Amino acid sequence: MAVETTRPVAEDESADLALARGGDVKAFSDLIRRYEGKIFRLAQHITQNREDAEDVLQETFLKAYEHLDQFQGNSKFYTWIVRIAVNQALMKLRKRKTDRSVSLDEGIDTGEDIVVREIAAWDEDPEKQFSREELGRILDEAVQSLAPPYRTVFVLRDIEELSTEETAEALDLSIPAVKSRLLRARLQLREKLTRFFKRKGDDAFAYM
Amino acid sequence: MLTCKHFLAELADYLDEKTDATLRSSLEKHMAECPNCWVVCDTTRKTIAVYKGHEKQCCIPADVQSRLIDAVERKIAAKRKPQSAD
Repeated sequence: MAVETTRPVAEDESADLALARGGDVKAFSDLIRRYEGKIFRLAQHITQNREDAEDVLQETFLKAYEHLDQFQGNSKFYTWIVRIAVNQALMKLRKRKTDRSVSLDEGIDTGEDIVVREIAAWDEDPEKQFSREELGRILDEAVQSLAPPYRTVFVLRDIEELSTEETAEALDLSIPAVKSRLLRARLQLREKLTRFFKRKGDDAFAYM
Repeated sequence: MLTCKHFLAELADYLDEKTDATLRSSLEKHMAECPNCWVVCDTTRKTIAVYKGHEKQCCIPADVQSRLIDAVERKIAAKRKPQSAD
């Protein structure tokens, strides 16, 4: 049976969910269409690899189909599949790094202090100095440099625009943990980007 | 008077506009007196904005989408005939 791809996606997903749980293939394909782009982008950001992201995309929807009866409906369907996708993406990272495990706790700085090193003002619209391709490369490399626990929280909160509560639920973290990781991720990215975006003539200096 | 360390601890909530009016006012007062914290706040805000501005497209390449659909169809077909001899 062909998976329908041309029908417009309805605004309300609850009807599709109910039908999909009853085995309606068309309803499940609507759910895929609603979220495939976001899940693929999310997977690319976490794995930083197109092939792995495609695997994650497929595994996420196959698992979702298989376990649809376990979706309780207490959370949004999107939060539920994000959780599956993040787990699949972290497994990909783990497979790539055979020498050490990758988890949502790897690379976590348990120290209380947050150190800020680069203090240089940026131009008003610093990204305009770069072509879209150059900017994409700069932004990707900066995100890639974050340890997975920070990268994952940043991607969910600031790129996919999940709320703090939804991010906490998707990652099975406490709200304070999400906030703390988000702050560190944002500050680390800010430091990386300062190299490219700082106003000409401004020198960075140590602080705190 | 807030210290820079306290300012940083509240920065994420401030940027997300999740602080109450009193704390917000203290943070803004601190920034008015501390150019370093102002720069950190401004550049962190711009960091978020540049990612949000750049990442809006979420197209899925046609080949990726087509392989996803194939994989799901195979899964559904396999689930529907679990007793099949092949």
